[in-house]
Amino acid sequence: MTVLNVLSALFLLAGAGFCLAGTVGVLRFPDVYCRLHALTKVDNLGLGLVVVGLSLEAGSWATALKLFLVWFLVLISSAFTCQLIARAALRRGVGAWGGSRES
Amino acid sequence: MHELRTGVAFFLFLTLLAGLVRVIRGPTLTDRFIVAQLFGTTGVGVLVLLAADGDRGALRDVALIFALLAPVTVVAFVRFAIGDPPEASREEPRR
Repeated sequence: MTVLNVLSALFLLAGAGFCLAGTVGVLRFPDVYCRLHALTKVDNLGLGLVVVGLSLEAGSWATALKLFLVWFLVLISSAFTCQLIARAALRRGVGAWGGSRES
Repeated sequence: MHELRTGVAFFLFLTLLAGLVRVIRGPTLTDRFIVAQLFGTTGVGVLVLLAADGDRGALRDVALIFALLAPVTVVAFVRFAIGDPPEASREEPRR
């Protein structure tokens, strides 16, 4: 167990925690827009932490760079898709949460 | 480390399965589609974790393709959900 192993393990576990938080947000938040917010931010942070943890042990610069390229693509696509889905929901007349949780 | 990576990958897979609850319950069509986005992000995470072990580097390329194709599905969904663009934004046909 070197220092790098411990660091990598910490990053992986933190990423798993953030991914869990994203799923909990999708399941618990009251409307589409809040759920999108949880999904496209928290999950990307979780994926980023996983990528950092893996690239610490990747063994080669090429592998680490490819991992970061994957993360970069997911980040860009999430930024665009979040806006597109929210606009589609607005056009379809999906209302936003009013501020009082029933039940 | 191999066990930790596999365990984290399995945990992410479980969060994916939990996300399916929203597909069943989500009141609107958009709610159901959001879970496809969740599958994109977390699925890429699972693939990247599995690619780190042994001789499975090809899975990293699969994750890359996933990340590239996720926006295409979203554009298709948005086209389907809000229909064609309104008349004003449509290009005039050439005579």
